[in-house]
Amino acid sequence: MANSGNNRRKFMATTLQSVGLTALGGLLWSGYSDEVKASPLVLRPPGALPEEDFLKACIKCGLCAEACQNRESNIDRDTGKARPGTLQMAKGGDHRMIGTPFFIPTDVPCYMCEDIPCVPVCPSGALDMPSLLNEKEELEINKARMGLAVVHKESCIAFWGIQCDACYRACPLLDEAITLEYQKNERTGKHAFLLPIVHSDVCTGCGLCEKACVTEKPAIFVLPIEHSTGRAGSHYVKGWDIKDQERVKDAEEIKTKNVRSEKEAADYLNVEVEY
Amino acid sequence: MKNIKYLLLRRVTQITLLVLYFGANAYGWHILEGTFGSSLLFGIIPLADPYTTLQVLATGFVLGADVLLGALIITLFYFVVGGRAFCSWVCPINMVTDLANWLRRKLNLDKEEVNYRFIKRRARYWIMVLGLIVSAIVGVAAFEVLSPITIMQRGIIFGFGAGIAVIVAIFLFDLFGVKNGWCGHLCPLGASYSLIGKASFIRVDHDHEACTNCMKCKVVCPENHVLYMVNKESIMVTDGECTNCGRCIDVCDDDALRFSIRSFIKK
Repeated sequence: MANSGNNRRKFMATTLQSVGLTALGGLLWSGYSDEVKASPLVLRPPGALPEEDFLKACIKCGLCAEACQNRESNIDRDTGKARPGTLQMAKGGDHRMIGTPFFIPTDVPCYMCEDIPCVPVCPSGALDMPSLLNEKEELEINKARMGLAVVHKESCIAFWGIQCDACYRACPLLDEAITLEYQKNERTGKHAFLLPIVHSDVCTGCGLCEKACVTEKPAIFVLPIEHSTGRAGSHYVKGWDIKDQERVKDAEEIKTKNVRSEKEAADYLNVEVEY
Repeated sequence: MKNIKYLLLRRVTQITLLVLYFGANAYGWHILEGTFGSSLLFGIIPLADPYTTLQVLATGFVLGADVLLGALIITLFYFVVGGRAFCSWVCPINMVTDLANWLRRKLNLDKEEVNYRFIKRRARYWIMVLGLIVSAIVGVAAFEVLSPITIMQRGIIFGFGAGIAVIVAIFLFDLFGVKNGWCGHLCPLGASYSLIGKASFIRVDHDHEACTNCMKCKVVCPENHVLYMVNKESIMVTDGECTNCGRCIDVCDDDALRFSIRSFIKK
């Protein structure tokens, strides 16, 4: 009897130990995995699913990067050899989810190949081919949204009044994704500003503009869409747009009830803001 | 020459595969492209690692048919040739841990007092299950985040970066920490292949009449508990944890061990 009690105690202790260690390991592992997921400013290949889904789906096989590296158009005109591909596979130290494909426009931008060799090879669906098909069911690279170019006007020399249209000319969607806006230069009184304006409905985020930018640190650069766009929200309605007006056709009045609504508007608007 | 026959064959296989994978990126060969996670054989046949596939499925992502078919092909392949043949004939980490193991023997670190046996061999199965749970919670294939196997393979194909540290860590762990620590105790990928290959056809067979009980096989075997029958019974090594590496056959001077096809018909 005494022996079986001893065995039971030992069994309980071992079970408890295993469960405890498993929980410890699981927590550490989850914490680590969750941390390495958080690399926000990363540009993915064309057709990549939204980052959260992309990280679930990518099986880290590297077929996209190999297709990019070995595409026929990747031959250096001078040496006749293959250039480094656009897509890199994240290594330890890159501070991006290890083994996933990404690109850095200032190293090698995406040249927007018409046949998009990187996407059809993806076996897992992390690079979503249907998202790049046009009405004729053909691959169309212009549908890619790898990111969105953003201009920092204080460091852009065109905004200083110096004539530069490097990004405008480098853009594969010339005069569509980036247009030049003419503005009078009041300082000189007789010159024009030629200001680069990016259009987010056209820009694919290929990064050729960033690569071409002449400033020491590019004044135009590509950020993931999530980090380069805002959202007005559904409660702003374009009153001058018949289609947008449709959204509020059946809207009912909502009365907000909170501490402030108990007072008259004039009462609280005339009080200074409390910090 | 006799006592390194399978060792040489394995190294040739491992290195050939790595050269093919390397060439796919560096020279655009279409023989074997991708990585162990998912590959393309001859530019058409999809291959995928079953455990990696399970992890991705655990995140809740509905995978493409190519990966599912690839995982099926690999599962069937190792179901026949012995699941852990992947570990000893394909996996590049095997070269690292074999080197650590060989050094251990040379440096006499195998004596019980310098072998920290604080991890049980069955820990790997727990880690395998845990990997799937963590994948589901975090939403990313959890073992792929730190797998030294694919880190080493991608390192060879695309460049190592700081990833080399993981390989060094495994080497040091196996050399100074636990004997066969990574492959024999922790690796969840090996654990998954142990399960796949439990009933495989190609197995090591033992002839106890010929055995002289020299124990050389047990010294070199990375999973030597599978050789429990040596000099006791003339039966096959049926444990799924046997990696079919053939080292025991190499070192046996008495022809008491050999590869054989397992028969499922009762005699």
